[in-house]
Amino acid sequence: MKIGVLALQGAVAEHVRMLEEVGATAVPVKKVEELDDLDGLVIPGGESTTISKLMHKYGFMEAVQEFGKANKPIFGTCAGAILLAKRIQGQDDCHLGLMEIKVERNAFGRQKESFEVLMPVAGVAADYPAVFIRAPYIMEVGENGQVLAKHEDKIVVARSGHYLVAAFHPELTEDTRLHKYFLDMVKEYRS
Amino acid sequence: MVQVGTSRVKRGMAEMQKGGVIMDVVNAEQAKIAEAAGAVAVMALERVPSDIRAAGGVARMADLSIVEEVLNAVSIPVMAKARIGHFVEARVLESLGVDYLDESEVLTPADDLYHINKKEFTVPFVCGARDLGEALRRIGEGASMIRTKGEPGTGNIVEAVRHMRTMMSQIRKVQAMSYDELMAEAKNLGAPYELLEEVHKTGKLPVVNFAAGGVATPADAALMMQLGSDGVFVGSGIFKSENPEKFARAIVEATTHYTDYELIARVSKGLGTAMPGIEISKIREADRMQERGW
Repeated sequence: MKIGVLALQGAVAEHVRMLEEVGATAVPVKKVEELDDLDGLVIPGGESTTISKLMHKYGFMEAVQEFGKANKPIFGTCAGAILLAKRIQGQDDCHLGLMEIKVERNAFGRQKESFEVLMPVAGVAADYPAVFIRAPYIMEVGENGQVLAKHEDKIVVARSGHYLVAAFHPELTEDTRLHKYFLDMVKEYRS
Repeated sequence: MVQVGTSRVKRGMAEMQKGGVIMDVVNAEQAKIAEAAGAVAVMALERVPSDIRAAGGVARMADLSIVEEVLNAVSIPVMAKARIGHFVEARVLESLGVDYLDESEVLTPADDLYHINKKEFTVPFVCGARDLGEALRRIGEGASMIRTKGEPGTGNIVEAVRHMRTMMSQIRKVQAMSYDELMAEAKNLGAPYELLEEVHKTGKLPVVNFAAGGVATPADAALMMQLGSDGVFVGSGIFKSENPEKFARAIVEATTHYTDYELIARVSKGLGTAMPGIEISKIREADRMQERGW
């Protein structure tokens, strides 16, 4: 199973390391051609405005949209969730617009309000260490979507078909269970 | 239990900035230009380092109305500088909602013996360093991110290169050492032993390491990335150049694609003049900002 990590900006190396730990072949993706032979893609945490600008600049918007429409799984963490969402609170436009969710940016406040907490994630773990950094949250999930975790009544992990998003940063922990879950998704969609 | 200000949350914030460019700005308008160009964060200042250098006198924390103006203007993280050792300036900036503090040698030090105890703060700190010992002392005090000191406001990359090369070479040396040699090396470097042990095991700093102090062109940014930087701070380089908007975009692209020379060539064309530079030997020793901090 070959999984790419979009490597325009953000926590790329951490995702690569964790994907390899769960048994995938992981590669950083800096050019659109590198998407060709991938079975799945991770869009990492970073600054969503920066990543989005660089995606536009290098033709990644269309390429990743095609990738998603070909039923290849995509996992977005924090900024990655914002990039995947169809709707963003307070904005008329969206970035990739692939996943039927509505998100709010910086929804838990500024850096001084950033936090970590142990939380249950349905089908993944009873005690997942979730690190929230100027994190967004998911306001609504489309009708085919599943809510996998909530924090204080706010949706923070959701899945819709072959798309998975987390408002927090699994890549900042040593806990590979969400990456394992994603790898299983990739296997499921490949067969 | 929900925990704020943990080391993971603070260091994680810096991890999210990797591969990006942090730009100095002095008002809301510049902050918006930086954000539109793809900056991962902005540093809110009253004056950029080259103007601080030119103005002389005591440089303090920025006018808080400027910091507030920048906080309200952009959705990306906002950093601000406090004087070395001035924990009250740092607390004031933290209370304002600044996302990241720079205990910076660009400002006039407030304490000639001690740096701020950064562990006590909820927001993360970045600190400058010239070598591994200095970097690990700052991390020991609680810094969540390190940057080279370089020589700020000069547009001259030579000092940042020296600092990054020194740090990387020392890291490689420590990694290759036998365990028996570590304590003596900790003494040589003036570094906390436990942190040096971590460098020995992992072969890298325990926090993100950016380049700063003298980055003036897209090629400078790419050079620092190839030397091992996780990202780049650009101070005076952008808004002292002829065409800040274009310059900012070019530096962002060169930082992402730092080994793609054709791309760097393309973005570097027609940029206009970079900021005027200063030869380091022309700066009196007492005026070298990198000597500040202990």
